[in-house]
Amino acid sequence: MSETNSSYSGFWQQGQRRGILGWLLSTDHKRIGIMYLCCVTTMFIVGACLGLALRLELIAPGPTVMSAQTYNATFTVHGVIMIFLFIIPSIPASFGNLLMPIMIGARDVSFPKVNLISWYCYIIGAVLAILSIFTGTGAPDTGWTFYVPFSTQTTTNIDLAVMAAFMLGFSSILTGLNFLTTIHRLRAKGMTWGRLPLFVWTLYATAWVQVLATPMIGITLLLIVFERVFGAGLFDAARGGDPILYQHMFWIYSHPAVYIMILPGMGVISEVIPVFARKPLFGYWAMALSSLAIAFAGSLVWGHHMFASGMSDMAILIFSFLTFIVAIPSAIKVFNWVSTLYKGSIQLAPPMLYALSFIFLFSIGGLGGLVLGAAASDIHLTDTMFVVGHFHYVMFGGTGFAFFAALHYWLPKFFGRMYNHKRAVIAWALMFVGFNFTYMPMQVLGVMGMPRRYYDYLPQFTTLNQVSTVGSWVMALGLLVMFVNLWKGIRSGTPVGPNPWGGATLEWQIPSPPPIENFGEEDPVVTHGPYDFKGVVADEY
Amino acid sequence: MSIEHRDDTGARFGMWLFLYTEVILFSGLFLLYAMALAKFPNDFSNASHRLNIYFGTVNTLVLLTSSLSIAMAVTALQRGRTKLTLILCGTTVFLGIVFLINKYFEWSAEIGHGIYPGSHHLAEQAPGVAAFFNLYFFTLGLHGLHVVIGGTLITVVAIMTAKGKVTSERYTLLENTALYWHLVDLIWIFLFPLYYLIL
Ligand code: HEM
Ligand SMILES: [Cu+2]
Repeated sequence: MSETNSSYSGFWQQGQRRGILGWLLSTDHKRIGIMYLCCVTTMFIVGACLGLALRLELIAPGPTVMSAQTYNATFTVHGVIMIFLFIIPSIPASFGNLLMPIMIGARDVSFPKVNLISWYCYIIGAVLAILSIFTGTGAPDTGWTFYVPFSTQTTTNIDLAVMAAFMLGFSSILTGLNFLTTIHRLRAKGMTWGRLPLFVWTLYATAWVQVLATPMIGITLLLIVFERVFGAGLFDAARGGDPILYQHMFWIYSHPAVYIMILPGMGVISEVIPVFARKPLFGYWAMALSSLAIAFAGSLVWGHHMFASGMSDMAILIFSFLTFIVAIPSAIKVFNWVSTLYKGSIQLAPPMLYALSFIFLFSIGGLGGLVLGAAASDIHLTDTMFVVGHFHYVMFGGTGFAFFAALHYWLPKFFGRMYNHKRAVIAWALMFVGFNFTYMPMQVLGVMGMPRRYYDYLPQFTTLNQVSTVGSWVMALGLLVMFVNLWKGIRSGTPVGPNPWGGATLEWQIPSPPPIENFGEEDPVVTHGPYDFKGVVADEY
Repeated sequence: MSIEHRDDTGARFGMWLFLYTEVILFSGLFLLYAMALAKFPNDFSNASHRLNIYFGTVNTLVLLTSSLSIAMAVTALQRGRTKLTLILCGTTVFLGIVFLINKYFEWSAEIGHGIYPGSHHLAEQAPGVAAFFNLYFFTLGLHGLHVVIGGTLITVVAIMTAKGKVTSERYTLLENTALYWHLVDLIWIFLFPLYYLIL
């Protein structure tokens, strides 16, 4: 390493190849992480624009800006992009890749080439998904769940969209497999299981879900293509098939998938809160094991999506009970975060604001989940706007805000520069307020009986829908301010040292941005836990 | 500057995880099979009798033998007998091709009788019969695809062995490829009785 201090730029500069190929062929986990970060952020922005278009259509009863068919296509593409291209890969593939090897003291993941292949699978999936909008006989219009029989009969371009989801599933499996092997095999000396940062623990639990559950959606999606191309009728009741079976197979993956979405987010929050409360995390093992418990119990509850589609009373009872069980480890997490904050010297830096709003929004969404997990109230609320409000609180208010927390917390590490804090706080405030104005009315509308996936509604729903649409504009403004601020910070912010926040995990002990093999010639030896702040001071910047 | 990363145990661990995902992939089809069988036991047995058991039996023997030859290839490589390794890999790939040719004739005969997914002939049959054959073509087709992938992998690894990139000191790649081939064999061991024998 020959760089002088002033021109040092870590892994951005070093590498075997120069220019664009140095990225596209790189097997360095940090470069792959950055490539994922760019892609998922782009997809998020595209998806958000579609979401805004949906809200705009709902600003008044009757047709306003688009036709009914366009509305169907828009919510489908919005859902597919947000679920498969943004939220599932968001934190694990981008921040997991960027940080997990550093956090456990490794030089890279176990299979760097597989890691790159996984990124290409993601890209193929993204390209197919986007092609499905513009080619064939129209954008997919089934909703992101591709429910049969409609998905096997509609003439729109389902095949491509389904193949896109298949490729993305493959990408997710490869990432999970890589992470599991890495966490088992490549921990540095002294990095015992009891010293793993909680973000790594959640990635570990997530990876198991990715590996165990994703193949199920793979086969289900292939079956849809088979049905469409050959008219096989395996899910067609008229020809001896069973449409409910499709729903089972779909949710056997897709419910666990919501834990693929939320667990890494919880991991981020568990990193941010101790640092900005300057206290060790309360209940380390409870936190670590609750991640595994969520992953395990979460794999048993898929049936709660089908209370209204026809199930035996016994099955409803069991799935309802199991759903309530998942709330326990989730609640353990929330209580432990709150206990960590208790008597901490809390510092309201931007990452912390996002982390705190995560706790708030996730709690609202999670409690709504219990309302839907109880069969009696679910029968009333199924397929209403309440469900839309609930999952946006969990996925966007939860994982989305955790993603933003991660951006604000770790970008200075990887770019070596700090964004403007004041603007970050303004963006956060706009987003937080806009968020609640967008989705709280949806929950109320759902209780009042407004169905979801409808582009028209009765006049009595007008006011709340208008509040919601205006809320979405405030939120969009917040997003805009946030992205511009981060972008400016990355380009021309104040340079920072290795440890601007005073974190105790390994990534804060190496230069910002990290060098190519993370730790130089000597692998680190770990001597204390990840939240042991004794003697750790934040750099001035 | 880059230090060599090598972790054979890790590579094996990763491969086992991957094989697990393949099992789950097929488990969805076993699930469908179980449901359809429970619904149409008679149709299923009628349809099953229309499959040609000789093709299935021959293919079972072929695939079992190929599993043996690839296992022997790994042992041969561990003992440093490169040439023997190559011959055994070649045998395995050859048997894989025999499997596919056999499948080709079997399917041609069935398609000749108007039995294929989406055919009019099937549409006129009882619903359970159609379900049986649709599942049959999908599941065995997917399995056939795995035979193709496995054969390709073995060929690639054999070339690498010939070039000295896979040796008696670094044989994990061949070992993992063999594991994959065993999985393809294992899945067939379940498919054969389910579709040809037990009904
Ligand atoms: C700017 C932000 C967003 C806005 C304004 C927005 C708005 C909407 C609206 C109006 C719907 C249609 C509801 C219906 O017709 O039933 C919807 C559906 C949906 N949204 Fe969002 N959303 C946003 C962000 C997100 C994010 C971040 C995610 C996930 C991470 C997400 C996931 C979904 C999903 C899965 C659906 C269901 C699609 C379907 O029904 O098939 N959205 N969103
Ligand atoms: Cu669920």
